[in-house]
Amino acid sequence: MQCKIDVTGNMVTAFLDGEIDHHTAKDLREQIDLAIEQHMPANLMLDFRNVTFMDSSGIGLVMGRYRNMQQFGGKVHILNPSPSIKKVLRLAGMDRLAAIENN
Amino acid sequence: MQILNQFKMELPAKSANESFARVAVAAFIAQLDPTVEEISDIKTAVSEAVTNCIVHAYKEKMGYIYITVRMLAGGRISVKIKDKGCGIPDIKQAMEPLYTTAGGERAGLGFAVMQSFTDKLTVRSAVGKGTTVLFHKQIRSRQ
Ligand SMILES: Nc1ncnc2c1ncn2[C@@H]1O[C@H](COP(=O)(O)OP(=O)(O)OP(=O)(O)O)[C@@H](O)[C@H]1O
Ligand SMILES: [Mg+2]
Repeated sequence: MQCKIDVTGNMVTAFLDGEIDHHTAKDLREQIDLAIEQHMPANLMLDFRNVTFMDSSGIGLVMGRYRNMQQFGGKVHILNPSPSIKKVLRLAGMDRLAAIENN
Repeated sequence: MQILNQFKMELPAKSANESFARVAVAAFIAQLDPTVEEISDIKTAVSEAVTNCIVHAYKEKMGYIYITVRMLAGGRISVKIKDKGCGIPDIKQAMEPLYTTAGGERAGLGFAVMQSFTDKLTVRSAVGKGTTVLFHKQIRSRQ
């Protein structure tokens, strides 16, 4: 799965799109990690506005990126999750690791 | 237990089928007129169980996933997802939140999600024989 990645200043934003599951998570992970490695941003924004489905593979994706960002003190922000995505994120306690924001 | 309607399918354990499996189950139960949240909960639980078959049960050897969806009296549905894979040695431990044998990219939350998004979850497993996950969910929007 392709995801659009924007870099501005000290911020990398990944616009996730469609369904996040075990099948699609691998591509997303590779693209996001490449951007993290290249830019070492202070903030990683994961924009969920166009995500229609997510299961625990998506939790693994967010947790893994959180760990990678932590290595150099970077922060993860979760933007615009739908109610169903928020339900999965909350269950996993992701709201304690990353700020959930709407814009 | 009265079965009002039933749907069975078997799929090879390929990750491309994860999306098909949850959409097929959702399409079948659509006749009960579930809410958006109920559909989403069921799709998520199906996705967890099917993914576990692919990632864990058939890690070493390819096999099939067997799915049975039943509509029961009063708007209750049951979903059974079965594999003939490696089995789980300690089910209680496997179901603990954050427990995973996969490491790295897996959160170990699949069973926790299934438990939280369904009304009742039962797991049976035998090492070397396979695993069966059965869950029930009440569709409340039904009159
Ligand atoms: N069908 C199965 N066959 C064999 N082992 C399984 C099966 N389902 C689950 N397991 C075992 O139970 C553990 C916990 O499963 P669970 O779905 O909760 O977490 P996970 O799959 O490891 O991670 P996540 O679901 O968060 O990506 C797995 O790591 C695996 O060892
Ligand atoms: Mg799992």
